Amino acid sequence: MARKAIGRSVPRVDAYDKVTGRAKYTDDLADRNALIAKILHSTIANGLVTKIDTGRAEKLPGVVKILTCFDVPDIEFPTAGHPWSTDPAHRDPTDRKLLNRRVRLYGDDIAAVVAEDEVAASRALRAIEVQYEEYPAATDPEEAMRDGVPLLHEGFPNNILERHSVLDGDFDEATKEEGLIRVEGTYQTPTVQHCHIELPTSYAYMEGGRVVVVSSTQIPHIVRRIVGQALGIPWGMVRIIKPYIGGGFGNKQDALYEPLNAWLSVQLGGRLVKLELSREEAFYGTRVRHAVKVHITSYVRPDGRIVARDAKFVSNQGAYGSHGHSIVSKCVTAFRQLYNDERAKRAEAVTVYTNTATSGAMRGYGTPQSVFGMECHADDIAARLGIDPMEFRRMNMMPVGYTDPFSKNVNWSDSFNQCIEKGREYIGWDRKRELYRNQSGPVRRGVGMSLLWYNTAVWPISMEVSSCRMVLNQDGSVQIQLGETEIGQGADTVFAQMTADTLGVPFESVHVVSTQDTDITPFGTGAYGSRQTYVGGMAIKRTAESLKGKILRFASERADTGPDALDIDDGFIVRKGEPGSALFALSELATDVLYSMEHSMHFTAEETVQAKSNAYSFGAGFAEVEVDIPLAKVRLVDIVNVHDCGRLINPQLAAAQVHGGMSMGIGYGLYEKMLYDPGTGKLLNDNLLDYKLSTIMDHPHLEALFVENPEPTSAFGTKALGEPPTVPCAPAIRNAVFHATGVAANENPLTPHVLFPLFKAAGLIG
Amino acid sequence: MRQFATIRCTINGKVTETAVDVRASLADMLRGEYRLTGVKKGCEVGECGACNVIIDGECYNSCIYLAIWADGKNIRTVEGLEGPNGELSEIQRLFVEEGAVQCGFCTPGFVLTATAILESAKSGQKYTRDELRRELSGHLCRCTGYENILKAVEKAVSRASA
Amino acid sequence: MFDFEAVYEAKSVAHAVELRGLHPEAKILAGGSDILIETRAGKLAGCSVISIFKLDELRGVSMDGDGTLRIGALTSFSCLARDPLIGRCISVLGEAAGTAGGPQLRNIGTVGGNVCNGVTSADTASTLMAWDAVMEYTGAGGVRRAPIREHYVKAGVVSIAPDEILTSILIPQDSYERCFGCYIKYAMRGAMDIATLGCSVNVRLSEDLGTVERMRAAYGVAGPVPMRGLGAESTANGQPVSCETVNSAAAAALSDVNPRSSWRASKELRLQLVEELTRRAFRESVIRAGGKL
Repeated sequence: MARKAIGRSVPRVDAYDKVTGRAKYTDDLADRNALIAKILHSTIANGLVTKIDTGRAEKLPGVVKILTCFDVPDIEFPTAGHPWSTDPAHRDPTDRKLLNRRVRLYGDDIAAVVAEDEVAASRALRAIEVQYEEYPAATDPEEAMRDGVPLLHEGFPNNILERHSVLDGDFDEATKEEGLIRVEGTYQTPTVQHCHIELPTSYAYMEGGRVVVVSSTQIPHIVRRIVGQALGIPWGMVRIIKPYIGGGFGNKQDALYEPLNAWLSVQLGGRLVKLELSREEAFYGTRVRHAVKVHITSYVRPDGRIVARDAKFVSNQGAYGSHGHSIVSKCVTAFRQLYNDERAKRAEAVTVYTNTATSGAMRGYGTPQSVFGMECHADDIAARLGIDPMEFRRMNMMPVGYTDPFSKNVNWSDSFNQCIEKGREYIGWDRKRELYRNQSGPVRRGVGMSLLWYNTAVWPISMEVSSCRMVLNQDGSVQIQLGETEIGQGADTVFAQMTADTLGVPFESVHVVSTQDTDITPFGTGAYGSRQTYVGGMAIKRTAESLKGKILRFASERADTGPDALDIDDGFIVRKGEPGSALFALSELATDVLYSMEHSMHFTAEETVQAKSNAYSFGAGFAEVEVDIPLAKVRLVDIVNVHDCGRLINPQLAAAQVHGGMSMGIGYGLYEKMLYDPGTGKLLNDNLLDYKLSTIMDHPHLEALFVENPEPTSAFGTKALGEPPTVPCAPAIRNAVFHATGVAANENPLTPHVLFPLFKAAGLIG
Repeated sequence: MRQFATIRCTINGKVTETAVDVRASLADMLRGEYRLTGVKKGCEVGECGACNVIIDGECYNSCIYLAIWADGKNIRTVEGLEGPNGELSEIQRLFVEEGAVQCGFCTPGFVLTATAILESAKSGQKYTRDELRRELSGHLCRCTGYENILKAVEKAVSRASA
Repeated sequence: MFDFEAVYEAKSVAHAVELRGLHPEAKILAGGSDILIETRAGKLAGCSVISIFKLDELRGVSMDGDGTLRIGALTSFSCLARDPLIGRCISVLGEAAGTAGGPQLRNIGTVGGNVCNGVTSADTASTLMAWDAVMEYTGAGGVRRAPIREHYVKAGVVSIAPDEILTSILIPQDSYERCFGCYIKYAMRGAMDIATLGCSVNVRLSEDLGTVERMRAAYGVAGPVPMRGLGAESTANGQPVSCETVNSAAAAALSDVNPRSSWRASKELRLQLVEELTRRAFRESVIRAGGKL
């Protein structure tokens, strides 16, 4: 029997092209004669552009065209990379134009220059004169919510984009129980950025009267719709091509500058225009993770059992809506699901427009924020009650058998305990919790942990669909195409493994067409929600089975037996149940049939699957830290994430995915934060020197462990892994610092700026 | 008035000559004039390392290296590492085997630094794991957490000194 | 592509001096790791530059006849870090150079550029300050020397005449003989960072290792330019080698410095670091000198 591809750490299908530099990304494909577009950004954070004088700029050599916020179509469009909803009430907020007169952040897009080269474009930007009517800016959501603060968008009183609340059980009654201990805490997470190394880049031109945009995006089919909306043209007049992309992490799950780029090309009669952001623009002009403040009040019995909890989330939406409405609701969902309050829970969340960078999707989608609050709070409760934080979690976490009334997700297995056990053993929890108790020196150690909860794909919040096409070649190899995108995570490789085993061909015979082209690629919504192995897997399974059915019908003629008696194994037609019984090669059949004088057949299959299920993904993270108290500095000594993401299709890729998520989580816990000047609303650290993305010097060894409980609802037993690894690191680090020093920091990242005043207040620094 | 200069240099073993705008960076020249698109641009200010190339045996971020400085130099990019029949270099092979590649955008820069490290290891330089981290610290990667990159380089270096 | 008005490439030191005379407004481009970045950021957009990058005669470290250590202004951080003469006479300078940026930056960045951009966070500057380096400039009128403390005028401004370039940095023999030092860079991450505070200390102990003959301390980011900790030094000089001496010098350093609060760090944190890093760097210098604490 052929060696199965699934479960093996086969090398990535794109690895060769990527290590040789042959893999082409958007800018590598752009013709070098492309016109260069650059954007003029506002130098105020809140106000109105009253006048733009482009006269001097237009006269500069090399300037082709300057368009301003006074020239754009009067169309407000959404940017979130969500599937279109046929229900108007469920659509994303439409709150921005291609260029905006109404300025809502320092760095808003108010004009664009198209020039023959970048220097000419930059010089023109500097020569444009702008006049504003300026309003006071609010960078903090609690300030922006106050009465009388200027509204960023009409129709959103107190600048609240979305309010979301839940109430399970009778909260007031539950909290009346005698003997309950009330524990409260406020936890603040920072604004952070994705920092994919490839900057958002696109180029646009017209061909056959239609506009083509080649872009570094996670969601080509969705971007097509949004470009159509933004330009006010039929969606079929737009074609989006997505080559290899240099990371996305959710930022490119938004339409970023594709609509503007398309429009600029159209304004120039379809000439080739390239729009490449700078790193600085990527920081303030694309998307960021919502900074969320959560206040949690828990009512707990002295033995540690939670009876009721209340949470109030305030999320910084930034200037535009993007994904904000759905992310804040995900904060609440995470709060609701991770812990099983015995009697009641209550949560209220708002996301508030402010004059800062727009918050959107970023790996974890509201969960890192919510889990940071909950998991810091868990240790605060455990400390207050004097019980082991691990035991506290075991007592309260979602139990096996729990079924969510809304999503119908089921907690099938004892994943939490299995993950906790593995992590506990790796980190040496029991010994170190004891060993590091009551330290007194300037340098102290501690261990901490955090649970993580996530779900897979977006059903039933949104529709979930994936389409796949397979084409058999004469040699028995197969091309596969999906709308689901390779963004670095290894999707193409995993898709090839799934295809190989379902179809019965060697892994090497599967060719994944990595590029999505909305004119050619079957419809799929793309990379987000940790959905692709789950939903894409369903599409692959159905398509491969369909193709296999067609092949076996023809094979049965040749083998003189019924198709049900046949199978395909390792690229050979075999008798069912007898894998070694090669009757003839698939290549022979494919060639004979394709060139048959009687009934030539091109073997292809295309199927669409709508997923109407979702799956929980669980895990736990553990960290050991060493705190140099006089220097207010944390050194991460050891860290481990343990995940149950169901069956591992490719263990090496799965571990690699976890490493990357951990790295992002470490940054969230220790280093990364976007800083605004409170007076002007200007982003202060919009570059990779001042924004402290962790380097290879800032990580210890990253340990990724798994428990495998195959997910019953999943075609291949898989569930979410893309986003979950980011979630537990920051709270585990915070709890480890708490263990080491007794200082419970309630904001991340735990930089010296945060720790120094806390250590001082605690008397640890004189 | 645009100023141009003639730059003669060796790129991936081939002697070349071209006229470049004196304002161009080496990254501009390599990507624009020579279409060596393995030289990536991630920040253009020397902070990410994606545009790293080897010049006379040492690594430089080509985004903050003027093209005119390349005159007379020996420059290597990732495109120059393959063997005559497309064989992967040892480092490239280990990056593939160890799963050190994800989105691939930082990969060429890392591969070149790793190549320089391996070459020095072959001439007797010894490295601890911490020293390897230090040598690789001029590159940012958002996908891998650096874990498998370090693994690949460590394996190459330990083989070289074995 | 950088937005330069014009690029002039110097072929020799004399040519560089001549170009300076012809284009006094032009910026001097050594390794470019500051000027190119600021040009791209728009701060220097449209400027002209004189590139001295290819003046290989300004690269490398040598010893003058009188025992003065001569460091060419274009010596890169990585050359400093591995240079045997530096290792023998002033190893802490090599260590400090090794903390700048990352490996690629250390290959392009030059020690001359590091002190000529006038920034307080420059990783080699506090060590050069602490070792009483002498700056050697070449101009139309010939060679001029000045102690490094006169080189720094104010934040971002150094004392170089319009027709001069910095050609060498000198460390006199008395400055390095029997001296042992330590530089601690405090930054927010382990590489590719600028110092939140830099502290360079060196000591010369008595023959019997019992007395601090001379202690010198200097700081980066503790004021607008790199600065000496003269109070800390006088507190330590002539005192017995002891923890008490180390601690008093560290405490005295607080009156030497004048850090400010910025979004990068608060004044309070920087003051905490001044004291703590002085303590640690002083202690390490004593240990390296063979002293016992």
